[in-house]
Amino acid sequence: MAEVTYLEAIRQALFEEMERDPNVFCLGEDIGAYGGAFKVTEGLLDRFGDKRVIDTPISEAAIVGAAAGAAHMGMRPVCEMQFIDFISCAYDMITNYVATSRYRAFLPCPIVVRGPSGGYVRGGPFHSQNPEAAFLHTPGLKIVYPATASDAKGLLKAAIRDDDPVLYFEHKYLYRRIKEEMPSGDHVVPIGKARTAREGSDVSVITYAATVWKALEAAEQVEKEDGLKVEVVDLRSLLPLDDEAIIATVKKTNRVLIVHEDTRTGGIAGEITARITERAFEWLDAPILRVTAADVPLPYSPPLEDYVLPQTADIVKAIRVLASY
Amino acid sequence: MASRTTGRTARPRRASASAPARPSSQLSVDQKLELYYYMRLTRSLEERLVNLYRQTKVVGGLFRSLGQEADAVGSAYALDRSAGDFLSPLIRNLGSMLVQGAQPTEIIRQYMAKGDSPTRGRELNIHFGDLERGFIGQISHLGDMVPVMTGVTLSFKLRGESRVGLVYVGDGATSTGAFHEGINFAAVQRCPLVVIVENNGWAYSTPVSKQTASTRFVDKALAYGIPGVQADGNDVLAVYDVTKAAVDRARRGEGVTLVELLTYRRKGHAEHDNQSYIPKGELERWASENDPVDRYVRYLTESERVSADTLADVDQRVLSEIDAATDLADASPMPEPTDSLTEVYAGRHSVEPLWFREGIRSAVAQHERAAGWGTFSG
Repeated sequence: MAEVTYLEAIRQALFEEMERDPNVFCLGEDIGAYGGAFKVTEGLLDRFGDKRVIDTPISEAAIVGAAAGAAHMGMRPVCEMQFIDFISCAYDMITNYVATSRYRAFLPCPIVVRGPSGGYVRGGPFHSQNPEAAFLHTPGLKIVYPATASDAKGLLKAAIRDDDPVLYFEHKYLYRRIKEEMPSGDHVVPIGKARTAREGSDVSVITYAATVWKALEAAEQVEKEDGLKVEVVDLRSLLPLDDEAIIATVKKTNRVLIVHEDTRTGGIAGEITARITERAFEWLDAPILRVTAADVPLPYSPPLEDYVLPQTADIVKAIRVLASY
Repeated sequence: MASRTTGRTARPRRASASAPARPSSQLSVDQKLELYYYMRLTRSLEERLVNLYRQTKVVGGLFRSLGQEADAVGSAYALDRSAGDFLSPLIRNLGSMLVQGAQPTEIIRQYMAKGDSPTRGRELNIHFGDLERGFIGQISHLGDMVPVMTGVTLSFKLRGESRVGLVYVGDGATSTGAFHEGINFAAVQRCPLVVIVENNGWAYSTPVSKQTASTRFVDKALAYGIPGVQADGNDVLAVYDVTKAAVDRARRGEGVTLVELLTYRRKGHAEHDNQSYIPKGELERWASENDPVDRYVRYLTESERVSADTLADVDQRVLSEIDAATDLADASPMPEPTDSLTEVYAGRHSVEPLWFREGIRSAVAQHERAAGWGTFSG
């Protein structure tokens, strides 16, 4: 079987789910005739027609709101945010309407909101964001953020089939940089389950999305240079978090580094830290450390962006601090 | 005609008997009495809720639609319930929900925050819906239901169903981004949607003149490329006529219509609001000169020769229904505290109680009622 990129894996999931279930349809800006800003939806219009691949006005609130209404009626809409940075325009609709719909009105709202996320691509303040933490705080939502091509496919299929609203963040840096063979058959990755990306016994790195790859690089480097065995946990799902996997790795290595590309204050690392101290405080041999972006909007120029975002060298440094604590 | 389809008409005039083929001329006397029943039920049910509010049995805010009953009832009555038509009401559309099948017991249980209310005590007042009966509960963020109903009606279109949706917004909601995004998207997609702008003069304390520089809300239709029609919202048959035409048009696949209904909010935003901002005499003038129930009673007795006894029978039926509903709701239990942790997500999954609530059934010994939300202590 040919290797498939992260981007093609997302497209495969959309194709397969639209073939499988006539209730699945896509809506978003420039997703039809143009095939999407990154060509994720290329070919969908030809295959499924303009009733199921809807080019919308520039109206993120209407995209999500209309998806919610259609979902109430039994449809399975997949919304594309052209860049995930624009999801903030639909923040009200997602947090007030969609997320509360089951709880306050017993109305199912099975929608997916997906879009290109993340930095390392010189996108500047409005084409590089990682807004996941803004939604982590909203009961009723699920959030996934895959790091590999096969997870990108399997998690999107799971998201579309899920009976609750799912925010699906896809990392644009990974779109065409990674590829792998897809598992055969109907490949669905369960939401809420982390993945051990690398086994180790000295230090745990808990991370997700593009920084999984930086953590793996760092782990390899410290193994070679320091003989340290680093475990890398790829969360894959951020809401719900896989507490079991988090606690298991803490108990295994007793030293924890949390890495995310999102900014530091109020980021997901804080939540994970709180859970570890509540449930496994006695198992820690060192303070929990964080490697994250600095608390600034993401700047454009390469020397600035590279300085702000977490790099492999930062992770190496933090692992060494933890190992020698 | 009570309305025209150009969006550039003069103020609506009263319907004249000689006007040809008004949809309401197809209504039987029984149907016209049904309109009366729903208007009376709306008004009397709200009056009952005021009593319950003063008895502190309604634990949250109370919202009235006094003076707007014709606009809610007449518009909802234009939908075809057997075809599966759908509506999304606003806070002053109790009448629309009753037409669509909401029960007085449900309304009273909602207001009293009972455990067997439609939302099991999770949401307030008339914020609830039912997919079976064809209404979707609103949220407090005004304008948001327009994109949602765009999606509901988009699903009708995608599945080739002959169903129509109706969404209500007030004059205030037209200022929101969601209203604009929703109606524009629906217009582009030619969704089978009717958007009703209830122009009742006030959004909380803000008059229309501070809401928009437009003189009429129908004019906004022009910019969306859809027809705008305006009608006298206190004339239930005029409301029915204009909405029925828009519903029929939507069902024919001709897309969205914006309907502006001119009415007046005679009570405050909610029961606590003392309406200090209303110009002197305005409330009294609308009450004495333009009450929709009084006007319809006049029509029924003068033009339809309905007897005073017949109307009194309806009034009596309404009151006994409300009495029975009140007794039922009063006897309903309050919710179990731990029910608050269920159904955040699909399935039987329940949120884990926080450690300090483990094994504890109730958070406090006595539940305090909020002292008030504003200025009026009644």
